[in-house]
Amino acid sequence: MPLLQVNNMTHYFGGLRAVYNYQLEIDKGQLRGLIGPNGAGKTTIFNLITGIYQPTEGEILLESKNLVGLQPYDIAAMGVCRTFQNLRLWRHMTVFDHVRLARYSKLHYGLIGAFLGTARRHREEAESEKMAYELLEMLGISHYADEIVTNLPYGVQRKVEMARAVASEPNLLLLDEPTAGMNPEEMLEMMGVIRQIRDELGPAILLIEHRMKVAMELCETIQAIDFGELIAEGTPEEIRNNPRVIDAYLGKEEVT
Amino acid sequence: MEVRGSTVQPAEAIARNTLLVKVRSQLAQIPLLGWLFGTLTAMAIEQVAGRLLARALGLSGVPGLFGLRIMLTKPALIPSAVAYVLLVYALPTLIVARLSAPLANRLAKLLLDRFPLWVSLVVHLGLLYATLHLWGGTSAYRMLFLSFIFISIILTLSLNLVNGYMGEFSCSHPGFMAMGAYVASILTVLFFVQDDVFGAPLLPPALGPFLFPLALIGGGLVAAVGALLVAIPSFRTRGDYLAIISLAFLFIVKSVIENLEIIGGPRGLMNQPKWANLPTVFAWTAICVWTIYNFTRSTIGKAACAVRDDETAAGTMTINTRRTKMVTFLFAAFWAGVAGGLFAHVMGYINPGTFDVKKLSEVLAMVYLGGLNSVVGSIAGAFGIQLLMEVLRPLELFKWIVIPVLLIVLMILRPTGLIAFTEVNVEDLLKPRQKLEKGR
Repeated sequence: MPLLQVNNMTHYFGGLRAVYNYQLEIDKGQLRGLIGPNGAGKTTIFNLITGIYQPTEGEILLESKNLVGLQPYDIAAMGVCRTFQNLRLWRHMTVFDHVRLARYSKLHYGLIGAFLGTARRHREEAESEKMAYELLEMLGISHYADEIVTNLPYGVQRKVEMARAVASEPNLLLLDEPTAGMNPEEMLEMMGVIRQIRDELGPAILLIEHRMKVAMELCETIQAIDFGELIAEGTPEEIRNNPRVIDAYLGKEEVT
Repeated sequence: MEVRGSTVQPAEAIARNTLLVKVRSQLAQIPLLGWLFGTLTAMAIEQVAGRLLARALGLSGVPGLFGLRIMLTKPALIPSAVAYVLLVYALPTLIVARLSAPLANRLAKLLLDRFPLWVSLVVHLGLLYATLHLWGGTSAYRMLFLSFIFISIILTLSLNLVNGYMGEFSCSHPGFMAMGAYVASILTVLFFVQDDVFGAPLLPPALGPFLFPLALIGGGLVAAVGALLVAIPSFRTRGDYLAIISLAFLFIVKSVIENLEIIGGPRGLMNQPKWANLPTVFAWTAICVWTIYNFTRSTIGKAACAVRDDETAAGTMTINTRRTKMVTFLFAAFWAGVAGGLFAHVMGYINPGTFDVKKLSEVLAMVYLGGLNSVVGSIAGAFGIQLLMEVLRPLELFKWIVIPVLLIVLMILRPTGLIAFTEVNVEDLLKPRQKLEKGR
């Protein structure tokens, strides 16, 4: 049984068809890529899987439980977490709070604990804080723990978002252009981080990438989409040589 | 009560042997406990010698509010008023605080090390209360002033939860306050007072003061139910909906009360027993500040901040956004209701005119003056505005020009308020200072 299975997913924005008949199967621990030109519908697919949009048609099964119609926080609590293409950090909060807070669904001390500070709350929070700190340590940003995120350099902010996404111990991690806006050096570092997360924490990863190099190097298999439709699926080598992918990226040669 | 951050290093003090540095390093050794000893002594001095000293300085009596009003109305007496404040409040506080610092430091350390946090907290609160009791005990005017400050603190803090921590804009706080005030009043009048409308008391009035907290909680809970009615339609989407719906709710509550003859309509409701004396109001304020402080540091309180900063991101990070918003809003409304109940039993009379847009602007001013997202900020804001309104009372109509102008100036100088986005850790506040740490 695959971890995540998406069947015939279609989504319309009004009259615009953003995603059409999309199929996906991911097994535990896989590292998959999703590529396509601008506006192809890659981020929309992420938004559909994480419940931010509801698909017009189709089903999304996480370990054979249907995710369609659930709230984003329910889906996240079931183990699907993501990062965003344009950073979506909480601008008034510290790095540590970001990571700690992503463990929201793991805390069960309830309202009495929140109002009065019970022993149970302190125990659960201490545990959560320990895990958050370890995670920051792993990504090498623990010395920024008490900084407000908006004061940090871009590369670090990216890592914070990554740390926040894995803090809730997801089974499936969706990364939306993790290297967007980075220089080559930062890009290599981020690729290392992604590999590290996969090896040490073991979630399956689905990755949107704009840069072919990153996708080709990281991913085991890649899907290419264009105008919301799946045009190719295969190993990086196959995708690189697939004529439809080349057409989509470079434009079709006019035959005169 | 001040919050002191990192203190001046001894080496630096020797290098720059200026008066200011000396004074600062002296003051930095004083823990909160020492300051409380100081203020307590000052109040005791006022109790014993205040009247005598005031006469000797040519003042007609003990100045009500630190001589501030005397300074405004009779400028010729400014030197006397300043001298009084210095001699009675400032100097004794400073001297006693500094002299008792070694002892206070040891005591503060002992309290924190040997006992759980709450013991230390209770000791500090007890001393604070003793100070206020001595100060307020000298006149009914001061007593009322203190009670209003505490009620304002509850209101401001709870509104800050919604407008600051959660980042929505709620206008219905006076409405929740009115609901709390009326429900608590009806409960106490119905059960414990011989009244023309509600008839003979249902329970022996002697029980009243003991069951009074239940009436307040009842008022708070009804206010929370009111908040639920506002929350259900307005939390479906973000944006200005809450502001509009909550403003409408405020008007609805007011006109419903005005048209209910049984609770007095526009004439108001009276006969409430004045059970909300200073210790009661102080205790409720302490509980309110403590629970809200806890809440803002809890995961669900932080989640409210996350919802404010980016709701989509919060949702995809497992935060139950709807529950977070509901809990925060209802919790805030509960405290507004309790504040209303206290207000009714301080005054012994309420009418719907009190809970109008003017009240709203007052509370909003307190929140935004003090600073969003800060428990200390809200306390400072409530105290600041309340003090301003009292001090500027001799200006009569001009008060309503001076206060808004001051607010505008403040908004230009400090757009986020005096103390915004600042968290103070209670343990840091109570802990012993420098001297002892050096010896360790």
